[in-house]
Amino acid sequence: MSHVMRCTQCGAEAVINMPQHRLKLCGEHLVAWAAKMTQKAIDRYGLFTRDERILVAVSGGKDSLALWDILQQLDYASEGLYIHLGIDHEGYSDVSQEAAQRFADERGLTLHVLNVQAAYGKSVIEAARRRRGGRTCSVCGLVKRHIMNRMAYEGGFAAIATGHNLDDEAAVLLMNTLHWEGRYLSRQAPLLPAIHPRLARKVKPLVLLYEREMAAYALVRQIDYVMQECPYAQGASSIYAKGILNQIESQSPGSKHQFYLGFLRARESGLIASDGAADVPPETCARCGQPTTAGDLCAFCRLWEMAE
Amino acid sequence: MAEATILYHDQSWRVRSGMTVRDAILKLELDPQTVLAVRDKRLINEETLIQPEDEIRLVNVISGG
Repeated sequence: MSHVMRCTQCGAEAVINMPQHRLKLCGEHLVAWAAKMTQKAIDRYGLFTRDERILVAVSGGKDSLALWDILQQLDYASEGLYIHLGIDHEGYSDVSQEAAQRFADERGLTLHVLNVQAAYGKSVIEAARRRRGGRTCSVCGLVKRHIMNRMAYEGGFAAIATGHNLDDEAAVLLMNTLHWEGRYLSRQAPLLPAIHPRLARKVKPLVLLYEREMAAYALVRQIDYVMQECPYAQGASSIYAKGILNQIESQSPGSKHQFYLGFLRARESGLIASDGAADVPPETCARCGQPTTAGDLCAFCRLWEMAE
Repeated sequence: MAEATILYHDQSWRVRSGMTVRDAILKLELDPQTVLAVRDKRLINEETLIQPEDEIRLVNVISGG
């Protein structure tokens, strides 16, 4: 007789085994459990309240759309932001925007779209090409952070929520530890407070969930997300780090969980000291009004000045 | 011998039915942590026995982020 994997909670056939939690769950209980873990992260790290409006940064991928879906289930006031970066390889940015828009339309949610080319005259790819030594991914990150702050400020949102899951955070932690990046280690957290009037609070409500669990959630909920990887992410160090962490996880279930949550506890108890840079209040960019620690103009405005 | 089809990215493989999804993933030299299996648009667990003429799509769960 064949063995059937059963849901720990109801006995129906399970869709996922999570040995690190000693849980096997059916689709229905996975959906409820993922929402519960998200609520746990919101409460544990004080990310936001039900009185606040949240701007969810959506890429069209599984994590950000699943996050938006969960926040809707949990009855938080959320709107979405899609940033069209102008990545035209196999229509990547267009396809991603369509997925985000379709998701929002099906659920009656509001999606804000900012097209970088239309708003600033050049795509992120062109801007990166014109910046000396500018790597596409770092330029893209800089542009996204600026636009997220701008849209949150203009729309009066209390916080920006991103779909970073535990694997994303553990991979960043591994790379920062390998290089002993003290400044980054001291700032890596599920909540980055707003330290300037034009800087939004950044929150990561999915940090207690593995990437595998988020993919399973998206599949069970039949979220039509973009599976295509960003063409510039190929060979990214984060993918390499995730591979290594997953090898360790296979041998020792729960390792990723322990690694990341142990780090957060160590950080909270003062084991990882700040280098003081974060304590210096930022100045205000003369052009856009956003915070800067780099003189008159912020890095975003300098990027665009160079690209002109 | 009855066989089934495994789809992953743009490739397909024929595998023997009766093995588990996990065994098929390992046979393709993939890490079971990094893929999920879908049959008839429904997520299935890795201990599921593959049936003759099944078409199982493996979905990558890792992204660059």
